[in-house]
Amino acid sequence: MWGTYLVSHPSMEGLRRLLRFGGVNYVEFLHSLDDLADRVRLAVSDLTLPILELRELSAMEYQLCCSPGLPGFSSVMVGILRAMADDYGALVMLSHEGQQQDSDVISIMLVESAFAEGRHFDLGARNG
Amino acid sequence: MTDTQELAGLLETLCPMYLLVDQNGCIQQAGPTLQKLRPELPLVGQGFLDVFELIRPRTVTTVPALMSMAGAKLHLKFHDEPRTTLKGLVAPLARSGGAVINLSFGISILDAVRDYALTSADFSGTDLAIELLYLVEAKSAAMEASRSLNLRFQGAMLAAEEQAYTDTLTGLKNRRAMDNELAHLISTRSTFALMHLDLDFFKSVNDRLGHAAGDFVLQQAARIMLEETRGEDTVARVGGDEFVIIFKDLTQGDTLESIADRLISRLTEPMMFQNQRCSISASIGTALSTQFQALKAADILHGADLALYQAKRDGRSCHRLYSTLTNARS
Repeated sequence: MWGTYLVSHPSMEGLRRLLRFGGVNYVEFLHSLDDLADRVRLAVSDLTLPILELRELSAMEYQLCCSPGLPGFSSVMVGILRAMADDYGALVMLSHEGQQQDSDVISIMLVESAFAEGRHFDLGARNG
Repeated sequence: MTDTQELAGLLETLCPMYLLVDQNGCIQQAGPTLQKLRPELPLVGQGFLDVFELIRPRTVTTVPALMSMAGAKLHLKFHDEPRTTLKGLVAPLARSGGAVINLSFGISILDAVRDYALTSADFSGTDLAIELLYLVEAKSAAMEASRSLNLRFQGAMLAAEEQAYTDTLTGLKNRRAMDNELAHLISTRSTFALMHLDLDFFKSVNDRLGHAAGDFVLQQAARIMLEETRGEDTVARVGGDEFVIIFKDLTQGDTLESIADRLISRLTEPMMFQNQRCSISASIGTALSTQFQALKAADILHGADLALYQAKRDGRSCHRLYSTLTNARS
């Protein structure tokens, strides 16, 4: 899966790190996705990603709405969400809910936020 | 004292790199992140100026001078290693005579997160430090991607140039294209004539009037050659001022003679470059595919070459057929 490759392949370590800047745990990371398009534009001004919107249904249930504009983007996001859950050590269940008003909806069920150890994230690892 | 404790609690939340000093400059309280930078040295009880050295303004070496810096931006360093640079701001406390000194990394943050293994929990929630670190990494990643793309494009460009069939200066075919065409004609057993044309006095134009004039002359000469040949003929620039023209299905000596004469007479007309007269001429040697048994590319090129040198020996500005050379095979 594309999204999983983007985050978990060693040659893509840089991208994993950038996503980890989103938050110290998986829930914070999920909330940071609201700003993902803006963050990306900050780095590469002409790269426009579809807007993501996280809905918190409960502390365990979330929905991520992917705005239209980039076909297949929601499938990539499912892969990214799955790989990042491993990265944070969270246990989640993901499913594609289909479309709601043109937006693709991904449902995220957070079973356990500290299920496994997760991968270490060192803020200063890149410079030096 | 409860006032001080409340203040310390407040500061701990808002600015984890604060120091509370008394009127003697002695540290009373230290924020957790600041303390994390010196795990072996309890900051409380130390003199501020014993731990930190002021870089700017240099003149501040005493506690009263420090206290008078209210609101001004300070640049300081640890006295001991690692000598991380910090920015600071002094806010005097009127009642106690002490001050709150808030510190921050400024640009040294990149080294600091590495040297002290800081995490996002070490920064206040409103601090832009994490965003700054994110931005540095994101920009480096984007720059790296762009650099590797550039390298790839450069490689592709070099490869394309190597495979190119066109001489970029004149727009004619290049040596590679000519070799290819020649090989194709030979493999299909076509009959053709191969003309080797050399510009006379070109070097003197180049030396006298410069490369721009030389380039102009080459472009004019190329245009003339294209105008005096048919679309299906191959006109190639194979060296500095050397050209090869291949005439497919044309092996009549008199026709080739008249084409060559026309080429020479047009090339001999003076060309004007920026009001300067550029006078050149051309010598031409021609060989026919029909003159060789078991034709090889090198043979016919050599034949045309020999004819060209005969034309040069005969005083330039003329055309010689390989078949008319005294030692030519026929």
